[in-house]
Amino acid sequence: MLSIQGLKASVAERDILHGLDLEVRAGEVHAIMGPNGSGKSTLAGVLAGRETYAVTAGKVTFEGEDLLALTPEKRAVRGVFLAFQYPVEIPGVGNMYFLRTAFNALRRARGEEELDAMDFLALARERMKLVKMDPSFANRSVNEGFSGGEKKRNEILQMAVLEPKLAILDEVDSGLDIDALRVVADGVNALRSPERAMIVVTHYQRLLDYIRPDHVHVMANGRIVTSGGPELALELEKRGYGWIEKEPPARPAAVEARP
Amino acid sequence: MTQEATLRELTEGKYKYGFVTEVETDQVPKGLSEDVIRTISQKKGEPEWMLDWRLKAYRHWLGLGMAEPTWPNVRYPRIDYQDIVYYSAPKPKAKLGSMDEVDPEMKMAFAKLGIPLAEQQRLAGVAVDAVFDSVSVATTFKEKLAEKGVVFCSFSEAVKNHPDLVKKYLGSVVPYTDNFFATLNSAVFSDGSFAYIPKGVRCPMELSTYFRINAQDTGQFERTLIVADEGAYVSYLEGCTAPVRDTNQLHAAVVELVALPGAQIKYSTVQNWYPGDADGKGGIYNFVTKRGKALERSKISWTQVETGSAITWKYPSCILQGDDSVGEFYSVALTNNRQQADTGTKMIHVGKRTRSTIISKGISAGRGQNTYRGLVKVLKGAVGARNYSQCDSLLIGDRCGAHTFPYIEVKNPTAQVEHEATTSKIGEDQLFYCRQRGIAEEDAVSMIVNGFARQVLKELPMEFAVEAQKLLGMSLEGSVG
Repeated sequence: MLSIQGLKASVAERDILHGLDLEVRAGEVHAIMGPNGSGKSTLAGVLAGRETYAVTAGKVTFEGEDLLALTPEKRAVRGVFLAFQYPVEIPGVGNMYFLRTAFNALRRARGEEELDAMDFLALARERMKLVKMDPSFANRSVNEGFSGGEKKRNEILQMAVLEPKLAILDEVDSGLDIDALRVVADGVNALRSPERAMIVVTHYQRLLDYIRPDHVHVMANGRIVTSGGPELALELEKRGYGWIEKEPPARPAAVEARP
Repeated sequence: MTQEATLRELTEGKYKYGFVTEVETDQVPKGLSEDVIRTISQKKGEPEWMLDWRLKAYRHWLGLGMAEPTWPNVRYPRIDYQDIVYYSAPKPKAKLGSMDEVDPEMKMAFAKLGIPLAEQQRLAGVAVDAVFDSVSVATTFKEKLAEKGVVFCSFSEAVKNHPDLVKKYLGSVVPYTDNFFATLNSAVFSDGSFAYIPKGVRCPMELSTYFRINAQDTGQFERTLIVADEGAYVSYLEGCTAPVRDTNQLHAAVVELVALPGAQIKYSTVQNWYPGDADGKGGIYNFVTKRGKALERSKISWTQVETGSAITWKYPSCILQGDDSVGEFYSVALTNNRQQADTGTKMIHVGKRTRSTIISKGISAGRGQNTYRGLVKVLKGAVGARNYSQCDSLLIGDRCGAHTFPYIEVKNPTAQVEHEATTSKIGEDQLFYCRQRGIAEEDAVSMIVNGFARQVLKELPMEFAVEAQKLLGMSLEGSVG
């Protein structure tokens, strides 16, 4: 579904990604871990098309199409979704209105029929249950005055409504207490499906207790230095990130490991 | 209005009211003199007292020595007042007996603007007075309003049919000596709307005036007078457009509101005069004086959405004369390209326990310059007066400007005056967030701007709010990317 080859990217002339390779297939959940500054969030931003990052080398194809050539909104239409680490507030714009606008924009771009306000509300209400969101959230402004946990739940709600093919969750666990984390993780797990791939970016192993990944990759200095199964996350939990940076990777990156 | 249609309009629209209507006009020659004023008065068949008032204003204006106020934060070349046509009226084919006899060309012009003049095409029960260039061409729903004793007609008709009311209130809020442009208006005003709502009557429908400048090199000087008698209520809407022309045109209107004890007047404006092109060529100079006087327990509420005009200079104000009277000002002013706006309000607290609220939202894009200028004045006797002001500015891009000049004068120690101000920029983060969800950039800007303005837009009557939202999006065409 997603193929990243030799990806290099910089922000404000500073190189962040130094040649990154990753293959993601439909149905898989990949965890990307790594210390602060290793380039995890940059990778998420580059995949979603954030313009502050300049791609200097490499290739990213999504379902056979050159993803990097597309605007952020076109990537969204193709089914790429980013759950933001810091969801922005949009004062005065109702949460439901925002979500319906996005939903219908995607539908329109895909040549599908738009939903009217009533039908959409029914759909959204049903999905809100998934993240245990109070119906009153529908009428509040986008993320305005939301707590950290509410913002993250709102991101998962958007994902549940927009039903992407590839969901990138950028530090969806940051700033959450254990109850909020569980709600978010339950929401994410409910959205796992054989057609949908997920990339879960996180600093902590804790999240992976709740969202079990199929593959774990460890990033350091702008590239993936080691990959493995869920057990790799546990090892990191025990030993920290220090050994990754010092020792050479125990095995080659996932992309080369697979046929 | 479906989402799709709204979006289509947002993405297609340039200034869509820029057409010119071919009608034969009756114009006076360019320039201003006593003769011109006498001619205007004569053409309108005015009584002597009206002419005298005009001439007094004219002489006062001459005494001002062509000295326009220079304090507004706007730049424009000197206006040649002798190069303006002060009266232009569509030539009537015959004397108008009913709506059916309105010139079809003109009917079509208003239909194009979405203003049906035929009464059977009821537009959500809004009574419309249509002003084309200098004169009122049609007022709808007159009979229905008359049943309740509501008078709604053109200013000229009011002078003829309700001289006592006009004499009593004309200039009572904005005297002819008030300021340069109000004085000019007092001398040459050609028409406008008049409304009187009798004691205790709640006006059964929204009243609306639609102003259209058509002829070239013509100034439009209309005058609106609204009197709400004791305990009466009226909601009044005002809309305006003009053709695309590459010369500037002057619009100097005066609006006076009188709210007698316990009355309520809600005055809403969606101002969409031609703003000029992207390089600042052409556009309307909008120099307007709007003021209301509120007596005991009455309430005056101004809501304005200002998206048009090359230059906007207006301060809809309230004199809170009576005890317990209330004044409100809700404003969205948007400047794009080379537009300049210097707008705000004055709240003059005279009576005890008078209250005022000011919510101003300025949006600047392109090279637009947006100034909020507001005065909150609490006089000595205004015991327990309260004001809350909030001025927010939103910047789009890095070549525009936002300026805030709040003046506060408090002469009574029991008064409470609060002022809050914010300036923000539409962030890359907000835009990226929307785009990541599939919302195109221009739609995202329009959505963010409408959210920013929501506090004000929700004060507008329903149909107007929809119009205004579309307008905000449209006026920002090409401001991003």
